Amino acid sequence: MATPAPHDEQARFDAVIAADEKIEPRDWMPEKYRRNLVRQISQHAHSEVVGQLPEGNWITRAPSLRRKAILLAKVQDEAGHGLYLYSAAETLGTSREEMLDDLLEGRAKYASIFNYPTLSWADVGAIGWLVDGAAIVNQISLCRTSYGPYARAMVRICKEESFHQRQGYEIMQTLAQGSPEQQAMAQDALDRWWWPTLMMFGPHDADSAHTQQSMQWKIKRQSNDELRQKFVDQTVEQAARIGLTIPDPELRWNEARGHYDFGEIDWDEFQRVLGGNGPCNRSRMRDRRRAHEDGAWVREAMLAHAEKHNRRAAGAAA
Amino acid sequence: MSDAHFTYVLRLGDNALVLGQRLSEWCGHSPFLEEDIAMANTALDLIGRARMLYSHAGRLEGRGRDEDALAYLRDEREFGNFLMCELPNGDYGFTLVRQYLLDVYHRHLYAALTESRDDELAAIAAKAVKEAAYHARRSGDWVLRLGDGTAESNARCQAALDELWGYTAELFTPDAVDSAMLEAGVAPDLATLRTRWEADVLARLAEAGLTVPADDWQAEGGRAGRHTEHMGRLLAELQFVQRAYPGQQW
Repeated sequence: MATPAPHDEQARFDAVIAADEKIEPRDWMPEKYRRNLVRQISQHAHSEVVGQLPEGNWITRAPSLRRKAILLAKVQDEAGHGLYLYSAAETLGTSREEMLDDLLEGRAKYASIFNYPTLSWADVGAIGWLVDGAAIVNQISLCRTSYGPYARAMVRICKEESFHQRQGYEIMQTLAQGSPEQQAMAQDALDRWWWPTLMMFGPHDADSAHTQQSMQWKIKRQSNDELRQKFVDQTVEQAARIGLTIPDPELRWNEARGHYDFGEIDWDEFQRVLGGNGPCNRSRMRDRRRAHEDGAWVREAMLAHAEKHNRRAAGAAA
Repeated sequence: MSDAHFTYVLRLGDNALVLGQRLSEWCGHSPFLEEDIAMANTALDLIGRARMLYSHAGRLEGRGRDEDALAYLRDEREFGNFLMCELPNGDYGFTLVRQYLLDVYHRHLYAALTESRDDELAAIAAKAVKEAAYHARRSGDWVLRLGDGTAESNARCQAALDELWGYTAELFTPDAVDSAMLEAGVAPDLATLRTRWEADVLARLAEAGLTVPADDWQAEGGRAGRHTEHMGRLLAELQFVQRAYPGQQW
């Protein structure tokens, strides 16, 4: 059988996208589609891995054993999400080692939000409530993404993220109902995490380098600004319910739009942190590199043992 | 119930909490992602075990102390964990060799405790023994891989074993609490436990090319609240929020 000509492949790919069906690993896909997906999925995986660090910063100081257990379970889930996502990206022909090298050598990005420090216990609540809340808005949309393995990973991840978001909100609720010091801790965490969370959705649609192409390929199903609006609308009401104030004087309900209006993000800060000049960029990458370098002898030993084991088994069989 | 009964259960809780606290420090810093997950998972099992044991100890004591009062509001001299649990993690080899020595201990201890005359403790043990068996399989596999792996991994694990071996004596040295609980049918005989532990551990160490150190240095005192200098810092970190903002709900 003759290999189909590339234009037939392209036509088939376009038809699958148009019909809202899934592209699967063995299907032909444009090289740019593949590269775009590897970039997005691996960036997402790296975010899960680096995201262990700010929350891990509080596991040893969690204020009750119940909270410690929940936080450990949550951070363990995040690492598990990293695994599914690396696996999804590997189906596109890029190995986990290559992706990890890209991260450690600074070629790949991870979510900028993790370049902010966790300064109090309330930050653990704020990360669950706001950061995971924002991630869910984005990820629910990605459950309909055009690449099959990514969409399926998202379905599974969304279920766990909604548990994370609830535990974060519950921490904030408990603090907001607590002593004046606890209330201040909760408000301070909201003040510091609000704007960086809104930045998680990326630049305005008009300024987004990847949005238009990604929307055409149905990798992205909703734009940055649409998703950000959805997050603001749901979170304003959650904050009000527990008596916390969102740090935005321009926030108000717009009857005509049926949405909340909100102030402008500090895009200079966005660019600065994205460009490596956030408060924790260096320490996060140093921690990841150190874990990788300190673990090199462990990985080498594991391989050496496996080889010896196989040789011995082969020797015994011979 | 006696003070000894309370102390016995409390000390089991202390071992679980302090070791779980140490393991949780690896979160995000392990040699690869699967190990981050495994470390968090093991730490989670240990914290869960500590919670059950502390709740039970609190009820035995009958003074209204719950799991958090026992974990967060006692001072160093009141903790009765083995010294080995509180030692800093060192490298991955040190963490895993320690884990292996303690996992095998816990597997045999909790298997025996399923027969305890303390029904609640026996029920806790029935859950703990399953986890401990799994933990020991995992850490035992690692001891084999690292002992057998490369010259470097063997040397690191041997150094860890040389450091840790002197801390194993107190795992098997009964004090008045252990003797009273043995007599009451609550706790098992530590001499029998030692025989079982040695049978497993010595075989695995030999298979992994590791040698039990010849010197007779021993450190003990953990169960009497005489700890290493590391313990105070571990508790300072663990207890900080509760101590800084007393009497709050979290």
